[in-house]
Amino acid sequence: MKFTLSWLKEHLETDANLEEVCERLTAIGLEVEDVDDRAAYKPFVIAKVVSAEKHPSADRLKVLMVDTGDGKPVQVVCGAPNARAGLVGALARPGTYVPGIDVTLAVGNIRGVESHGMMCSEKELNISDNHDGIIDLPEDAPVGTAFATYAGLDDPMIEINLTPNRPDCTSVYGIARDLAASGLGTLKQPKAPALSVAGETPVDVIIDLDDERLCPGFALRLVRGVKNGPSPAWMQKRLKAIGLRPINALVDITNYMTFDQGRPMHVFDAAKVKGNLTVRRAKEGEEVLALDTRTYRLSPNTVVIADDNGVESIGGIMGGEHSGCDENTVDVLIESALWDPINIAKSGRSLGIITDARYRFERGVDPEYMMPGLERTTELVVELCGGTPAKAKVAGYKGHDRKIVDFPFSEVKRLTGLTVSVEESRQILAGLGFEILSGDETQVQVAVPSWRPDVDGKADLVEEVMRIHGVDNITPEPLPAKETVNARILTTLQIRTRTAKRALASRGMLEAVTWSFIPEDQAKLFGGGQPSLKLANPIAADMSDMRPSLLPGLLTAAQRNADKGYGDVAIFEVSGTYEGDTPDKQRRVAGGIRRGTASLAGAGRSWSNAAKGGGKPVDVYDAKADALAVIEACGLPMGNVQVEQGGPSWYHPGRSGTIKMGPKVVIGHFGEFHPNTLSALDVSGALCGFEVYLDAMPEPKKKATRTKPALELSPFQMVKRDFAFVVEKAVDAGSIIKAATSADRKLITGVNVFDVFEGASLGEGKKSIAIEVLIQPSDKTLTDEDFDALTKKIVGNVEKTTGGTLRA
Amino acid sequence: MSDLENLKTSLLTEIAAAGDEAALEAVRVAALGKKGSVSDLLKTLGAMSPEERQSRGAAINALKTEVTEALSARKTVLRDAAINARLAAETLDVTLPVRSSPAERGRIHPISQIVDEITAIFADMGFSIAEGPDIETDYYNFTALNFPEGHPAREMHDTFFFQPDEKGERKVLRTHTSPVQVRTMEAQKPPIRIIIPGKTYRQDSDATHSPMFHQVEGLVVDKKSHVGNMRWILEEFCKAFFEVDSVTMRFRPSFFPFTEPSFEVDIQCDRSSGPIVKFGEGTDWMEILGCGMVHPNVLRAGGLDPDEYQGFAWGMGLDRIAMLKYGMPDLRDFFNADVRWMSHYGFRPLDMPTLFGGLSV
Repeated sequence: MKFTLSWLKEHLETDANLEEVCERLTAIGLEVEDVDDRAAYKPFVIAKVVSAEKHPSADRLKVLMVDTGDGKPVQVVCGAPNARAGLVGALARPGTYVPGIDVTLAVGNIRGVESHGMMCSEKELNISDNHDGIIDLPEDAPVGTAFATYAGLDDPMIEINLTPNRPDCTSVYGIARDLAASGLGTLKQPKAPALSVAGETPVDVIIDLDDERLCPGFALRLVRGVKNGPSPAWMQKRLKAIGLRPINALVDITNYMTFDQGRPMHVFDAAKVKGNLTVRRAKEGEEVLALDTRTYRLSPNTVVIADDNGVESIGGIMGGEHSGCDENTVDVLIESALWDPINIAKSGRSLGIITDARYRFERGVDPEYMMPGLERTTELVVELCGGTPAKAKVAGYKGHDRKIVDFPFSEVKRLTGLTVSVEESRQILAGLGFEILSGDETQVQVAVPSWRPDVDGKADLVEEVMRIHGVDNITPEPLPAKETVNARILTTLQIRTRTAKRALASRGMLEAVTWSFIPEDQAKLFGGGQPSLKLANPIAADMSDMRPSLLPGLLTAAQRNADKGYGDVAIFEVSGTYEGDTPDKQRRVAGGIRRGTASLAGAGRSWSNAAKGGGKPVDVYDAKADALAVIEACGLPMGNVQVEQGGPSWYHPGRSGTIKMGPKVVIGHFGEFHPNTLSALDVSGALCGFEVYLDAMPEPKKKATRTKPALELSPFQMVKRDFAFVVEKAVDAGSIIKAATSADRKLITGVNVFDVFEGASLGEGKKSIAIEVLIQPSDKTLTDEDFDALTKKIVGNVEKTTGGTLRA
Repeated sequence: MSDLENLKTSLLTEIAAAGDEAALEAVRVAALGKKGSVSDLLKTLGAMSPEERQSRGAAINALKTEVTEALSARKTVLRDAAINARLAAETLDVTLPVRSSPAERGRIHPISQIVDEITAIFADMGFSIAEGPDIETDYYNFTALNFPEGHPAREMHDTFFFQPDEKGERKVLRTHTSPVQVRTMEAQKPPIRIIIPGKTYRQDSDATHSPMFHQVEGLVVDKKSHVGNMRWILEEFCKAFFEVDSVTMRFRPSFFPFTEPSFEVDIQCDRSSGPIVKFGEGTDWMEILGCGMVHPNVLRAGGLDPDEYQGFAWGMGLDRIAMLKYGMPDLRDFFNADVRWMSHYGFRPLDMPTLFGGLSV
């Protein structure tokens, strides 16, 4: 919403300057977004051409001597055809920035003649497009004074960023009312128009709608015998200042009413209207050529005003070209109507039309001003264009029921902490147009003015009192502290989420945040893509489906990095994946991938590679270590964690694993990827990855005490024994470890695999797995017999469960 | 006696000449071994008279002692020399680079770090963290938050919708974290003090808007918290978060459907040095958050009587305050997973934001 300071002062009696006005506007909730104090026009002065001689060496140029009132004329070279002795115009001296040509003047030399300034055209001053000649003012224009003051260009322009709840401030008058209520001045009361009405308006208005809310009122008046020339300079100046182009008096009046009173009006050339006006829904496919000279195809969701010719206007949004007013208009029909805000918003949006009328109707135009608005418009028409108004026709309007709100004054203190006296609260409300109907010193009944559709309840009234009294008066007051030290505030899942992130980052991985929505084919590839997770209006075709997994986003991100030359990438994300559209189907997953040689030890080639195992491509075991690191960091008892061969379809079937807690609960997958997955994602390189489902992890058991179990340190020496078993290739190491461990759960405290070997010497399809068994006696030193027995049991267990044999 | 002197001289010479431990051992055996020269001398004592034995014996024993000590001293010298020689041979080039520790290479995304910073601040004031689903119902995202029918936010151009289900209901990607307000009120009786960080989604994309972004929301509901308390909390938060001694904030009346009264809050700052914004100084205003008293209709939606309970809520862009504090120029980079960006703007895993250790290093 734009307006000028002088326009505001037409409604507001105040001594406040621009800065004070702007400060107050922002303070009461009308945020000033932009102020143009028109300082750019200040350097231009009114000057008189004393003499105009032909330029000695240029036919089209003249050499002017220009007087700025100090009796010391300056020499200016000028090419304007209307430059002549005696002309009074606007002079820019060297050093002045000329906005229309974006140039800061310097002393010039034009074909050998010095020029000490420039006589400007309107275009050079950005006042209009007129560049036919330099500004030609009346002879009595005060030479030597500021041109901007004379031309009214010194009127500062203010733009406020209006919140959608304040239709009353889509008008200069409404803004003045708010400022007056805040004590910045006095609101000037408009005089009631005195019209001498003659005859009837010969056109009927028929509201033909299934829902009367779509057009709750329509007033129409004919004014006969108008003369529609240009509007007066004062009106043009204001319209131009806020960026509107003056067209003709009738149209300018409607625009003026829109901004001055927040009351969009429409004028029809009565001669072009055939028959009566019907307010109805548009027919499907019906077309109208609108005032913006574009043709719109309409649907029944849009309400139009039609006559026997067809659609003449899109109600509340834009008039039609056919019945528009021009300089030939003699009889004019003035429309003041009410429209449904929601329907205006929808229609405007679907038609793609943004107008000042729509802006106001979709916020809500004061219903009680429908008739006064028509009266005021008629007054302006008669004043500026002459003519005789006829009696108005009104259809549909049933009056406005004011909302009544019970308001205990104590609400202000309760909700804001402010102490505002009852007297002041009453004054503020009255100043804003609220009427206190009844009540006492503690509670009153307040009637809400018709221009404030946003006020419904007492909290709204608190806001009114607070914003006018001044938000700055609210003292910050500490929130009472709890009387005890805080207990733990994070949930287990929140703690695990944070822990997983820090654990993975401390394994050299970088945390990424990738899109929650991914392309459909990728979603399908990772078990997603169901219809309930598909966006109806994705921002791009490849951001269409909620991700079922973190992996596609991470894999494609790794490829993007690789394409830039960063191929050794270790990245992770801890975030949501989606199995359905209900809250319980949103998972919390820690996922990560490693590409190239980005292992825990470090990426790339190093002189120490050979010794420390670096430089080789990442594989399933890197991913497994990452996944287990997350689980371990989350505090799960690792003894209950099992790893099984194989994973979901997007992994390499022989190089992937499933991590479980107990027999049923899957808490993670890891592995290298299926070549089909990689080619479908269009990614390449050595890649491995994992996902751990943080939300699937069970809550830790509640402990009765924080005391750790007593530590029992055995006095007897811990002993290590090595075994190697030859087994079928398909036998997994896990089962050997399990079998060995179960030989004596008390004595055996650990089993490590220290060698895996495959070779022809072992026979076709065989491998050797060597384990080291840690034996910790607790009550006595073991004898040779004890060891023999234990060894037999270990070997027996492993051979029985795996079908292998002890390697000789 | 000169035979002893001679022997001694000859032995000490041999000891001094022994070049390694093996040579020295040979000298020892030749002198003190079973058939060694000194041992042989000792054997002669038995055949001597007591007087002779007394003087001769003492002399031989003195010789033995002297030789033993010389052997021992020489042995130490030789061992030290051997060790030094080995150590010299074992010398390595310590200027060869070693690999950095994984914890030094890894990075935490700024969003995670900022959430931890905010958690540290609000945990201190007795807040807990609430979370909610990204996929929301129309009810929680709009209706319960007092968005009227026909509100522009409910239109396709702003909000991501899913296909309607068989009941014609369209789920949405939450456009703000506010749905968690009502979900929390439904689940928990006041007093409520929560902050709600999370992902949010809108149909928008440029340098400062992204179709996916992050918000953090705060909610206090009890029987007496008012705008004054809210001002205090937000000022304390901004001081703590931006790690400055003082901030000047401007509360402007504004409008949101879910609060009444509502405010937009500007923070005074210095933007004269380009993209770097300095808080606690300067003369510019920058809008930083929106807030207000929870609208009575929202309290009702949460099952609370607005005449009994009251409270306030605020919300701000997490990515935005991350950019303000740490200077990332473009929001879209947050979601690009460029390793150079992550390494540069990310945080080291052991830099945990706490109040006792400071939020940032």
